[in-house]
Amino acid sequence: MYKTPCSRLTGVWKCLLRDGLLGVSVQQRLIANASRSHMSVRSLIQLCRKNQTEWITFQHFCFLKRQYVKSSSGLCQRAGPKQEPVASVLDDPDDSVVSQVQQIPALKPEPEAARAARLEARQWKELKVEYSDLPGIYARLSKIKLTALVVTTAAAGFAMAPVPFDPVTFLMASVGTCLSSCTANSINQYFEVPFDSNMNRTKNRPLVRGQISPLHAVSFALACGIPGVTLLTLGVNPLTGFLGALNIFLYTCCYTPLKRLSIANTWVGAVVGAIPPVMGWTAATGSLDPGALLLGAFLFSWQFPHFNALSWNLREDYSRGGYRMMSVTHPSLCKRVALRHSVGLIGLSALGPVLDVTTWTFPLVSLPINLYISYLAFRFYHNGDRQNARKLFFCSLWHLPMLLLLALTCKKRHVPQDEAAVAPSTPSLAL
Amino acid sequence: LVHSKDSKKDSKTATRSPTKHHTGETIPLIRRDPSHCQRTGFSPAAASKCDWIGPPDRLSNLRPIIYHIPENETPLERTLRHLRQDTEDWSHEFWTNQNFTFSKEKEEHVRSQLSSKGLSERDDDGRKRTLSSEEMAVFYKHFLDKNMTRHASYNREWYGRNFTITLLMARVALHNTWRTLTGQTRGTGREKGKST
Repeated sequence: MYKTPCSRLTGVWKCLLRDGLLGVSVQQRLIANASRSHMSVRSLIQLCRKNQTEWITFQHFCFLKRQYVKSSSGLCQRAGPKQEPVASVLDDPDDSVVSQVQQIPALKPEPEAARAARLEARQWKELKVEYSDLPGIYARLSKIKLTALVVTTAAAGFAMAPVPFDPVTFLMASVGTCLSSCTANSINQYFEVPFDSNMNRTKNRPLVRGQISPLHAVSFALACGIPGVTLLTLGVNPLTGFLGALNIFLYTCCYTPLKRLSIANTWVGAVVGAIPPVMGWTAATGSLDPGALLLGAFLFSWQFPHFNALSWNLREDYSRGGYRMMSVTHPSLCKRVALRHSVGLIGLSALGPVLDVTTWTFPLVSLPINLYISYLAFRFYHNGDRQNARKLFFCSLWHLPMLLLLALTCKKRHVPQDEAAVAPSTPSLAL
Repeated sequence: LVHSKDSKKDSKTATRSPTKHHTGETIPLIRRDPSHCQRTGFSPAAASKCDWIGPPDRLSNLRPIIYHIPENETPLERTLRHLRQDTEDWSHEFWTNQNFTFSKEKEEHVRSQLSSKGLSERDDDGRKRTLSSEEMAVFYKHFLDKNMTRHASYNREWYGRNFTITLLMARVALHNTWRTLTGQTRGTGREKGKST
C-alpha cells in the first residue's frame, strides 16, 4: 500500500480525458486533516480502479513530493484558498527557508485573456513539433529582428562601397548574410538553454519551451549556414564567404562561451557586430579597403554604449545566471568604456572624408547626433543609474540607423573608371 | 550551503515512467523508493506516444520532461533517454541550488546593509525595504566572483552533455530512418531486455 511520508495533500493533479484536450490542469484543494487525506487518496484509488481507460498511477500520489517539500523544513497549512490555481510558496514561519524565484502576483482580478494565457503556460504539453508554428519558431530561433538589423548594416556597407551598384550581388550578399546570421543565432540558443530558462528576457525561446528539439535546432542551423556561406563564397566572393564563416565561428564558439567566463566577451561581441558592414563592402568591391574597416569601426564603437547601457539594468539576472558582464563585475569600467566609445564615434565620423568614404559634410551633419549620444553617455558615466542607462540604450537604437543613413547621403561620389586614370583620387580638397 | 554538486550523481533514470508498458492491466501501484519518485507528479495518458514537457520548475526554472519509453526501445534509445534524464536532473539540482543560494545571500545582504544603516527590515507601511541598485550591485559582483569556478565547471560539463545528447539523437534518428527505409519493424520487446 502506498505510504507517503507527508500526509498532507497540497494539490491534486487531474487528468483530463483524452478527447481533444492535451493538457492537465491543476486544481488546488485543501485537505484539512490526515483522515480526510487518506480518504481522498482511497477515493482516488477507487476511481482509478473503476475507470481503467484512464491510467492514473502511482505518480499521481507523487505530487506530494514536490521539491520544495523536500527542501523545506516544515509544512504549514494554508489559511485560505489561493486565488490562482497554481501552487505557490508554502507559509513557513521563519521565512528564511525556500524563497520563490518568481514573484507572487498581486491579488487583483486580472483580465481573462491574461489569465488564460498564464494557465496555458503552466500546462504540460506534448513534446512534438506543431508544423503550423514552425515559421514563428524559426523566426524566434534565428532572432529575426537582430538578423534584420545585421542584414541592414551589411546592406549599408554594400551601398557605401565606391563601385557601381550591382543588384544581383547585393541580393546574394544580403541573403547570404541573413542565412549566416540565422545560423549563428540558432547555435547560440542551442548552447544556452539552461541559462536562457533562468533569465526573464529569454525564457520564452523555442528551445527553452521545448517547441523543437536540440537536434532540430542544429539541423536548422546547418540548413541555413551551409547554403549561406556557400552562397557568399561562390555567389559573391571568397573573401565575403570567409568573413561570414568567421563571424559565425566568433559568435558561437568565442562570444557565447566567453559570456560566462570573462568580460572580454563584450569586445568579441563588438567585433562580431562590426563584421557585417565589412562583409557588405567586400561583397561590392572584393577587397578589404580602409573604408570597410571604417564602417566596421563605427559598428564596433557603437556596440559599447548600446550594450553597456542595456546590461546595466539586467545586473541581477546576469549575476544569478552566472554571466560575467562588465556591468556586474567592473561597473566603473563599464561606464568609462561606454563614454569613451560614444565620443570616439565623433572622431570616426571625421575620418569619413579622410578615407574618401564620405564628403566633408558628413562629420558636420552627424555631429548633432554624435554629440547627443556622447552627452547621454556622459550622464550615464556620471550618475550611473537605471534611468540614464535606459536613455542611453534607447538613444543607441535610433542613433545607428540615423548615422548610417547620413553616411549614405554624404557618400563620396567617385569619378568613373576611365577618368580615374587621368585624375587619381586624392583626399578631398575640402579638408 | 554551496554544495559542489557539479559532478554527476547516480542516475535516477530507471523508474521514471512505468505507465507506458501496459495493455489493460490493473493500476500498477508500484512501490518505489520515494527519492526516485516523480518530482512533478504528472502522468500523461498511456496512449500518448510523445514526450511531455512541463511548466518551468518553481525552483530551478527548468522545464521537466517525461520521456516516453517506446514498446521496443533499442539500447541506443535507452542510452539517450538515460542521458537526457540524468542531465535534466543534474541541471535541475545545480540551478535549484544556485537560485536558492542567490536568494538567500541576497536577503542576508539586504538585511546586513539595512542593519548597518540602522533601519528595520520593514518600513512604516509594513513593506519590505529595498536597497538602491548601487548597493545591490556590490552583492551581485560578489556573488559572481565567489561562484566563478562552479559556474565554469557547470559550463564545461553542460557543453559536453549537450553535445553528446545531440549526437545520440542524430544517431537514433538515422538508425530509425534506416530501419524505416529498409522496411524493418521493431522487434518484440522481450528479447531487448528490461528498461530498468
